Amino acid sequence: MRYTNIVTVAHPAVEILPVEEAIARTVRDGDTVALEGFTHLIPFAAGHEIIRSGRRDLTLVRLTPDIVYDQMIGMGCARRLVFSWGGNPGVGSLHRFRDAVENGWPHPLELDEHSHAGMANRYAAGASGLPFAVLRGYVGSSLVPVTPSIRPITCPFTGEALSAVSALRLDVAVIHAQQADTTGNVQLWGITGVQKEAALCAERVVVTVEEIVDELTPRAGAIVLPSWTIDYVSCVPDGAHPSYTLGYTKRDNDFYVAWDAISRDRDTFQRWMEANVLSS
Amino acid sequence: MSSRAEPHRAGGDWTADEMMTIAASRALPDGVTCLVGIGLPSTAANLARRVHAPRLTLVYESGTIGAKPDYLPLSIGDGILAETADAVVGLVEMFNYWLQPGRIDVGFLGAAQIDRFANINTTVIGSSYTSPDVRLPGAGGAPEIAAGCPQVIIVVRQTRERFVKRLDFVTSLGHGEGRDERRRLGLRGAGPTTVITNLGVLEPDPVTRELTLTRLHPGVTLAEVQAATGWDLRIAPTLETSELPTDEELEVLRELEAQRPGASR
Repeated sequence: MRYTNIVTVAHPAVEILPVEEAIARTVRDGDTVALEGFTHLIPFAAGHEIIRSGRRDLTLVRLTPDIVYDQMIGMGCARRLVFSWGGNPGVGSLHRFRDAVENGWPHPLELDEHSHAGMANRYAAGASGLPFAVLRGYVGSSLVPVTPSIRPITCPFTGEALSAVSALRLDVAVIHAQQADTTGNVQLWGITGVQKEAALCAERVVVTVEEIVDELTPRAGAIVLPSWTIDYVSCVPDGAHPSYTLGYTKRDNDFYVAWDAISRDRDTFQRWMEANVLSS
Repeated sequence: MSSRAEPHRAGGDWTADEMMTIAASRALPDGVTCLVGIGLPSTAANLARRVHAPRLTLVYESGTIGAKPDYLPLSIGDGILAETADAVVGLVEMFNYWLQPGRIDVGFLGAAQIDRFANINTTVIGSSYTSPDVRLPGAGGAPEIAAGCPQVIIVVRQTRERFVKRLDFVTSLGHGEGRDERRRLGLRGAGPTTVITNLGVLEPDPVTRELTLTRLHPGVTLAEVQAATGWDLRIAPTLETSELPTDEELEVLRELEAQRPGASR
């Protein structure tokens, strides 16, 4: 939220920095951080930078924590997970997430668990500067008694029984996009998920992009985030791998399948992270 | 969740999993809009679109409306879905404008556990939420699909571990405790109308809403279905048999499965 900026404080220009610098300047121990992306445009490179920087006690927020959150959880970055579906899409379990919840390894993980509709609405409320959002949902679900951020609410006009979900507030949002221009306006297209809402919920916003262009060419169905909603842009080609960037790279489905065996066992996982993330 | 090696059934050269997917595809009428979950529902919906329902509109919860993939996507967000969609929308719009008002005719779901009233658990196995025996992926879009779509079809392999007397966790509400519970809770959709398994088809009793076996797949015995159900299963007075898979259905299904990403694993 940027209420402190209301009248006369100029927005600082977007800084275009290497991703390690952008992450070092924005993500602190204990922060609430979202690396958003719904299968598409997942900011893996930035996530790996957070792992390398050794951040701890993070609250990680995302509808679909997939492999990059499995890696962050397994490497001990996360204390709490706010989410709605934690699996390896089309493949099966996230084994590091399961190990944390089932066995407390490497340490226990608190959950704030929703449905996709609930999470999307929590982002929308945060982006709208509202304390909560309202939806038809959660009726009869066992999620209600275990998730304090869901409360029943009665419509003041019709008396209908609905559900309220509290707004999300992020310290940092990290997203990946196709393009930024040289002043830091960002354009993304294809499956855009909740990235716009995540950026508008956050105190600090980092965007990694496939390329930096002189001028953005408007695209049908694209989202444009104006530069003054963003703090740092980093040019990281293929920065979503093994996820993908429509128009630039293909989803590495083989890696998603291979992750199942890599992540199943603690030692294999740690050796893989050492060889492919920590020392790269 | 790729198809496993299973003994072939009497009546033809096909597996129980293939019969399940084909029976599920037949449940989708041409010309409707269908919210497709990944895995079995996606395979069945793509089969339906190729065989008998060319005007079936596939909607994936990633916001891809009218996707026409030429191979089975591994995830609900594969690029092929966005590239072939009539419209691609953000997730707030997907859930609030399209799903919530009941604008998508059929919700097509899988399940980890299901009970006699077609309530679904995809969250935890075990009595403790905070320290479960098995942590499953969670809700995803399913609770609102189950609540809001005018009709819900569930496709799930039938075993005693999946078809349980009592769910450890109700992730997505089917018919609750039965009878008119959905209406009392203010849910607008009709809820689960068909449950299709590798053994047969179950439908809710019109009054009690308890799942009732209404159809067996060819070559399956009643005893097999009862052995794969964790409660005393109700059987319809006139039990029908599913039609055999056609050559076209089998051929298209096998082609889809062979092209699936990761199919060689």
